[in-house]
Amino acid sequence: MNFDFSDEAKALGEQARKLLAEKAGTGPARKAMAADAPAMDAALWQEIGALGWTAARVPEAHGGLGLTIEEVAQLAEAAGGSLAHVPLVSTLLATEALVLAGSPEQQARWLPGIASGETIACVAWSEPGAVNPATVKTQASGGNLTGVKQPVADLAVAHVAIVVAAGADGPQLHIVDLAGADTAAVETIDLVRRHGRLTLNATPAQALGTPGDYQDWLDRAAVILAYEAIGTAGAAMAMTVDYAKTRVAFGQKIGRYQAVKHKCADMYIKLELARAHALHGLAQIDPILGTNGAELRQAAAAARVASLDALAYCAEENVQLHGGIGFTWESDCQFYYRRNRALVAALGPRGWWAERLVRALEQRNRAAA
Amino acid sequence: MDFNDTPQEAEYRSLVRAWLNDNAADYREPPEESWKLPEFIARSKAWQAKKHAAGYTGITWPRMFGGQGLTPMHSIIYGQEESRFHVPQGLYSIGLGMCIPTVFTHGQPDVIQRYVPKALLGEEVWCQLFSEPAAGSDLAGIRTKAVKDGDDWVIDGQKVWTSFAHASDFGIVVCRTDPSLPKHKGLTMFIVNMKAPGVTVKGIKQMSGGSDFNEVFFDGVRVADTHRLGAVGDGWKVALTTLMHERLAVGGKPRYAPGYETLMKLARGVDAADGNPAIAASDVRQKIAQTYINDQGIKLTQMRALSALSKGQVPGPEQSISKVVVAKTMQDLASFALDLSGGDGFVAGADADPELAKLQGSYIGSAGLRIAGGTDEILRNIIAERVLGLPGDMRPDKDTPFNQAVSA
Repeated sequence: MNFDFSDEAKALGEQARKLLAEKAGTGPARKAMAADAPAMDAALWQEIGALGWTAARVPEAHGGLGLTIEEVAQLAEAAGGSLAHVPLVSTLLATEALVLAGSPEQQARWLPGIASGETIACVAWSEPGAVNPATVKTQASGGNLTGVKQPVADLAVAHVAIVVAAGADGPQLHIVDLAGADTAAVETIDLVRRHGRLTLNATPAQALGTPGDYQDWLDRAAVILAYEAIGTAGAAMAMTVDYAKTRVAFGQKIGRYQAVKHKCADMYIKLELARAHALHGLAQIDPILGTNGAELRQAAAAARVASLDALAYCAEENVQLHGGIGFTWESDCQFYYRRNRALVAALGPRGWWAERLVRALEQRNRAAA
Repeated sequence: MDFNDTPQEAEYRSLVRAWLNDNAADYREPPEESWKLPEFIARSKAWQAKKHAAGYTGITWPRMFGGQGLTPMHSIIYGQEESRFHVPQGLYSIGLGMCIPTVFTHGQPDVIQRYVPKALLGEEVWCQLFSEPAAGSDLAGIRTKAVKDGDDWVIDGQKVWTSFAHASDFGIVVCRTDPSLPKHKGLTMFIVNMKAPGVTVKGIKQMSGGSDFNEVFFDGVRVADTHRLGAVGDGWKVALTTLMHERLAVGGKPRYAPGYETLMKLARGVDAADGNPAIAASDVRQKIAQTYINDQGIKLTQMRALSALSKGQVPGPEQSISKVVVAKTMQDLASFALDLSGGDGFVAGADADPELAKLQGSYIGSAGLRIAGGTDEILRNIIAERVLGLPGDMRPDKDTPFNQAVSA
């Protein structure tokens, strides 16, 4: 049995955590929060491009490294843990769509630029007034899209968007070249990661794969985002544990009190459950053939739900266990607390994914019967 | 990543599987009625002897103690294969899992020679005598005393929660040998003959109506000094070796416990408050999802640990979350499902629906599981202190002589 990351993926994760510990983290996040701050850390992004992180998942034929989704997961976790002010996870999610469903022409058009770091990609998924990914309002017809997408993470810096829109056979992915697109900034609870509004008005777009590919991509996106959430939750937990080891109240380190340490233990428990399901998700994506395994749908949905649970708990109790200081603007607690909301908005609410999990379990039971 | 055996593991598995097919054929189906104690003991002894002859006992033990000298992975593979049959299980798990490793780690050579082979063969059954009425979570608060008398020690006191004491020939017992030292320091471990004069075993009837545990009373019980395990005053350290062996045991959801499939099936046949089938209700579906996430999450976490073992590494601390998640998930699921069933979930015994009766059993049993082998609270302490490195609880009696700290 080998239910673990490959040594190669672990090594890349190690490299990523090390670099981002140095170049990202809550200090740079605080600078990025300023209203006049740039929409990303361009110098860090350049370094990331040079290190080949965006090339990891791109096939060698398109200038990439042809690595597995395990490497993507390691990068997403490192990005999540460091709050890095770069469009890395957005680009990884879009890359996964292109690798999964792109035609040779589409891949040749976009993947080389992504691999080199010159092209930034984002995912336009959310819509105003829509919380159910099955009822997408943006319409595709005759090679054009019409509708509004918001909030779209990293829209301001992206060159290309993977847009979910409803076609004749249901919702599916599309590629929209953002050159000349109608975009605007949107304020969100997350003050570090910038989000935008993409207004599509008979905007030219290419269909990316089939409606079935969209469903398969949702599974993979859920796993990648689970790792980002695990990274962020882990950082919030580490912040709480550090504080509990140093803060003194009633003559003792507060970590000695069970009311405090049991919450820390619960953070760990929720994180380990999320890790277990996320790893199950990775194990269901074939590293060589690139195909989705039979249990991916349930594994991905479970990873999504468990990782959101872990992140919400860690982010919320981190503020709580810091007490009054945790509620101040100067405290770093707010970064994780706010990012929690960004990661929920990124791919639909917990309840929808729990429902998707139960449907997957029901289907499996019917198949087994 | 894959869930497959290595070639060596696969080879061992096929040997085990072939042997079980030939030798455990009588146990393919569960018994129609659960065995009464004498039959359970007789079957357990016969099965253990058969396994022993074939080299499937003491799989991870050193060869010098009669073991097979193989890896934890071999032991796990044997356990996985054996669990596909309904062989008698449990009589030896404490003795061979915890007591005897303590005996061969800390015992004198002739004591090891006397006890280990017979235990492994299954001729003699062992129990573990640690907990007391006033020493549960606070295990070091032990009051059963042993006083030196010539070449013997004389034991007086009471132990509790002792599984299989009524079926045991021997036990390992922790006693206070010097009450003037702080609580962790004045303890010593002994081997005690459960049939010796002065040992009284009384069954405890549990809230569930079952009787898995005992109280054991010691009234002037004599133990030879040769049967001491470890140095005088080292009982706490010796007990920790025993408990370390307990933690190596993989603790997942009990085999009989209902899971999310039970709720799914139940909810198809029950109406929700709005008159629609409960399976369509959002709260029911969220409960199914949460139960899957917890139970399957623990299974997958165990697979992470097995992967480490398979590579010859020590598993990480993630295993420590297992029981604390499993027991509470069982209780929550059973409570939710019985709630959904209204009065039918409350009617018990011969009038009960068999599926609901299982949930009732799980509801009552999980209350015990949340306490046994470390309460939810103690396990959270362990995670916080040993995994996350938080400081230990305040223990005002830690450095006080035991006989001054005890006020009750």
